[in-house]
Formats: sequence, C-alpha cells, structure tokens
Amino acid sequence: MSRTIMAYRRENGRVGVRNHVVILPLDDISNAACEAVANNIKGTMALPHSYGRLQFGEDLDLHFRTMIGTGANPNVAAVVVIGIEPEWTKVVVDGIAETGKPVTGLSIEQNGDIATVAAASRIAKDYVHWATELQREACDISELWISTKCGESDTTTGLSSCPTVGNMYDKLLPEGIYGCFGETSEITGAEHLCAERAANPEAGEKFMRIWQAYQDDVIEAHKTSDLSDSQPTKGNILGGLTTIEEKALGNLEKIGRTSRYIDALGPAEKPQMGNGLYFMDTSSAAAECVTLMAAAGYVIHTFPTGQGNVVGNPIVPVIKISGNPRTLRTMSEHIDVDVTGVLRRDMTIDQAGDALIDMIARTANGRNTAAEALGHREFVMTKLYRSA
Amino acid sequence: MSIPQLLVHDRKDNVGVVVVENLTAGTNMTCVVTEDDSDFELTCNDDVPIGHKVALQDFSVGDTIIKYGEDIGKVVAAVKKGGHVHTHNLKTKRW
Repeated sequence: MSRTIMAYRRENGRVGVRNHVVILPLDDISNAACEAVANNIKGTMALPHSYGRLQFGEDLDLHFRTMIGTGANPNVAAVVVIGIEPEWTKVVVDGIAETGKPVTGLSIEQNGDIATVAAASRIAKDYVHWATELQREACDISELWISTKCGESDTTTGLSSCPTVGNMYDKLLPEGIYGCFGETSEITGAEHLCAERAANPEAGEKFMRIWQAYQDDVIEAHKTSDLSDSQPTKGNILGGLTTIEEKALGNLEKIGRTSRYIDALGPAEKPQMGNGLYFMDTSSAAAECVTLMAAAGYVIHTFPTGQGNVVGNPIVPVIKISGNPRTLRTMSEHIDVDVTGVLRRDMTIDQAGDALIDMIARTANGRNTAAEALGHREFVMTKLYRSA
Repeated sequence: MSIPQLLVHDRKDNVGVVVVENLTAGTNMTCVVTEDDSDFELTCNDDVPIGHKVALQDFSVGDTIIKYGEDIGKVVAAVKKGGHVHTHNLKTKRW
C-alpha cells in the first residue's frame, strides 16, 4: 500500500507533516516571555506549561525528555528555548540540536523579560523566514510515525472507531510505519490479553512490569475504596460502559488483529528497535498521553472517541474517529472520520480502516484536522511526583 | 437486512449493545453478531439509551457477564432477558 505524501524531510531524515516554529519555555516562569515572543512574531507558537522548577530524579529526566522530544519532533522546523537560568536551558537546547535543526536558547536571569523577549523575537523572526521557505517533498506514507489513544470512550468505540485504528495498524505496520499505543491504567482488565500481544517474551514481560508497577505504586498507594467512580469515567458510564474490563477490551481493539508490539517504552521515550508497534507507559488522560507520544517523535495521532473528546495537540495533528451517531449529530465539528456506517452494517471495518488511511494521507499533506481548526493545542506535562 | 438495533461482538457474549437512539421498551430488535454476521431477534424490555447493554438471557446475582468473549464483571442484581444491563446490576470483580 505504497502511497506518496507531501511532507517535510528534516535534517536527520525523519518526515514531518507540519512546519512549526516553536517558542519553548523550559519552566513555568518562562511562559510569559515565550508568549510575548509568539505574540511579536507571527507564525510562531509558544507552548506554555506548568512545570520545570525543582524537579529531580526520574521526574526531572521525564521533564527534559518531554521538552527535548517536543522540540526534536519532525513537525517542528526550528525552536527558541527560553528558561529562567542558562544551565538547564542548555540541556534542552543541546538535546534538540542533535536533530540538526536550528535551535537557540536564552535565559532570563540578569537579562529580564524585556531584553530576553527582544533578543528571542529577532531569532524567532529569522527562523520564520527560513522555515516558511522550506518545501514539502514526496515521501512515502510508510515513513510516518502514527500514535493512538482513545478518549471519552463508550461501547461504540469498541465496536467501530477502535477497530478502525486497529485495521489501519494491521495494514500500515507491515509497510514500515512506527506505531504507538499506551494508557497503562486503561489496559487494566485486559492486561493478560495485552501481554499476549507482545512480539517477543521480553516485550511482554516489560509491559507486565510497567503495568504491575502502576497497580502497586499508583492504585494501591493512593486508592480510597474503589475506582468504579473514576474508571470507567462518568462520561464512559453515560455512554454505556459499565466496568474497567469492558473499557479495556474496547481500548485494545486499537491494535488490530495481527499487530504485535516489539517493545514497551517509558513515558516520552524514543523507540529504539526500528519500525513497528510500541507500547508506551502513559496516563490515560488524553492531553498528557498525546503530549508524551509527540515527545517520543510521533507525527500524527489517531484518536477514536465515542461520547466526543475534543482534545488536540500543538505540534501533532490529532485525527478524531467516531462511530457514535448521536455524537456525529450533536458535535460533528470535532470528528474527522465518520465510521457510523459500521454500526449500521453498511461499512465494514476494512472500509473504515481505508477511510482512516485516506484521512492520514490527507492530514500528512496538510489538511488541518478538526482539532487544529478549532484551536485545540493542549500541551500537558506528565508529573511523576511532588517537586523538591 | 434492516439496520440493526443491537450488536453483539462474539458468539460467546451474553449481552449486546444498543446502537440506535430512542430505543423504547417493547421494540422487537434486529440483532447482529459482528464476529460472523449472524442475526437474531430479541424484544427489549426497557427504554435503553444508545451504547448501553441488553441481556441476551436471564441472569441471577453472581452470574458472569461475557462481552468480547471475555469476563467483564458479575451480576449484582437479577435481570431478565431483554433487560438493561449497566451499573445498577453489573460490577467489576476486580475492586
């Protein structure tokens, strides 16, 4: 199923489908300067977030990995990093620079916001001139890195939109794409089936260690009585999902019938074993999960929804797929791929998968997704524990 | 075949999912098993919202509900064939 797409070939050979110039705050207190630069220089985008100070250990590693991975993502042409002090700023700049793309860091201490914003604005303007002259070129759809996570799921996602994504993976993974699914908490109830879908025993064991650690460190350590009120969520329950097992079984439909994952990744960790499907340890909260997968290098996200999750991401187009006729009736502006025909039995899962692949190609070529057109740019850092 | 009102994933399942809006009690539903495209009819006893489940058999407290061919929880209040199955009569065995 070779198919040509028109996309951006980056310095490191990776293929990007967007061409953002990003103004990236290292930490929460640099958000204001980044937003000022993005206001000064049209065609740039600031990515404000809530963290980056007094983090340590694994939590700090994840912060750096997410910052560097976001800047390094092939959908980003160039980056200006602004931090309060120069040393941690340099860690992020050096990490992004490994891709070969233009990146500059500035720090605010002993300069102040106004001088920093002025200097950063001049650099950002040069980056915009440079990036806007880059041309899309012919690439193959098999060069894409495509992630998935579902949200506001209901019973229709397990019947239609999740198996649509699964069908896409069954067709495109053999062609050479990188895939990624996650949502550690929402595999609960189907963890035994997920373990069986590993391509090798090591990947299955690694997945089970991640899943068990989540049960022990998060659920057992923090639960009060019963998770029935939060998993499934209130929205899931309104949509007809009753138990976590039922939700997990529908969730797992996203990896299709024949696809096997070759490794289990930590949050925002870059795949290291070549093309294929990866599991990633993520929250099931939509914005956190998509942010982590984008930071690992995925350039398009496929998002099945039942009741109508509206999430987007600033650098990665999020393609929404829904088979719920009520959701298509009440909030169709959020849905890119309508698979309600699967429930009417006038569309097969095979046809739905082809419709999604077609939308992936169009999105890669430049079509803005519903989430992009509606301005959904949720960028949410995952925090592992309290700061020092 | 007419548009189905109820879809069932797997032959082993003992519940199905309502896939149309405004389904009212007493409707004789066309039901399809997606695994093999076989169909059957069942009368719905309750007004069941789209996405919610209907019992394909009578259940007593303690019975196991099967969907996707897998155990999704236990019956905590009896429900008759054709009745609405949700949080009022089905609960996970896990927590």
